[in-house]
Amino acid sequence: MLHDPSHAKTEAAFNAALWGPAPPAGLTAPDANEIAQRFKVYRNNVQHSLTRALAARFPVIEALVGPAFFTAMARVYIAQSPPQDPVMLRWGASFAGFLDGFPPVAHLPFLGDVARLEYVRGRACHAADADPVAPEVLAVADLESLRLTLHPSALLFTSPLPAVQIWQSHQTGAARAPLLPGPDYALIARQPDFTVIVERIEPDTFAVLSSLCDGETLGFAAGKADPTPALTLLLRHGLIIDTDTGAPR
Amino acid sequence: MTTKSLALPLAASLATALTLAGGHAHAQSATMEKCFGISLAGANDCAAGPGTTCSGTSTVDYQGNAWTLVAAGTCTEIELPAMADGTARMGSLEELDRDLPPA
Repeated sequence: MLHDPSHAKTEAAFNAALWGPAPPAGLTAPDANEIAQRFKVYRNNVQHSLTRALAARFPVIEALVGPAFFTAMARVYIAQSPPQDPVMLRWGASFAGFLDGFPPVAHLPFLGDVARLEYVRGRACHAADADPVAPEVLAVADLESLRLTLHPSALLFTSPLPAVQIWQSHQTGAARAPLLPGPDYALIARQPDFTVIVERIEPDTFAVLSSLCDGETLGFAAGKADPTPALTLLLRHGLIIDTDTGAPR
Repeated sequence: MTTKSLALPLAASLATALTLAGGHAHAQSATMEKCFGISLAGANDCAAGPGTTCSGTSTVDYQGNAWTLVAAGTCTEIELPAMADGTARMGSLEELDRDLPPA
């Protein structure tokens, strides 16, 4: 047992011990009494780096609960949902659901939705590249049957709580504004200059953008509400990457 | 209301949107740009296009088709070691065919 376990076995035992109370079997140290203490260095490095990775992905959650509380809470989350994948950008999808059910933050019911927004921002940041179309492409005779393909990073976000306003008020330079009651709606996307935007939008604009995201025609989307604000946002942020007149080819 | 009666409001709406959007201001005002051929192996930024994975995937130093975000205007001024045959290496805003990993 001590000698020559396969590498995979050693690795598995090491990994298991990172999450348990005792060091893995087979470790040596100049002073055998130090083994447990020395192994704690590894355990702490893993915990600390994952905590910082989580804070980097969810900075507003950290700001809302404070760094000390965040660190303690992250330990609980990390133990429950350690990364399953070496690509860190895919880690943290379950953090919002964890916050919804974590009793110590039950008095902050908006945390889950703020975390959802932060996770979606990360997805938008890492979405595939696509160049916007020139605005002239939209100058077609039959606007009504025009369908738009939106940038892969463009995502719609909604919360029954004022989660978008809470997120926005924690950005540097944000003006202090009284919170309006939810629900909140937002368009989240990555611009051609690689900044990720979070635009709080009206329910009407959300309805128009939802239709366009679903591949409906401009005419159909315009039946939901005035499409001007939605089109302005899409053009301003370079989010229309293709158009289709629906005409037979 | 027939669907055709929407045509004029839609055209007006688009015209307003184009004006308000200010002609793709953000597409032009990038402060960072992709610089190809400057990343050390494994240290490139995300390329996330079809058939690629994400950041940290370049396998050779200064790989020509891997990029890193740099401040706009600095890409071709970044100092790089010369290639093995003495040719100077330069960063590029376009993909390069030098320093590609073996197929």
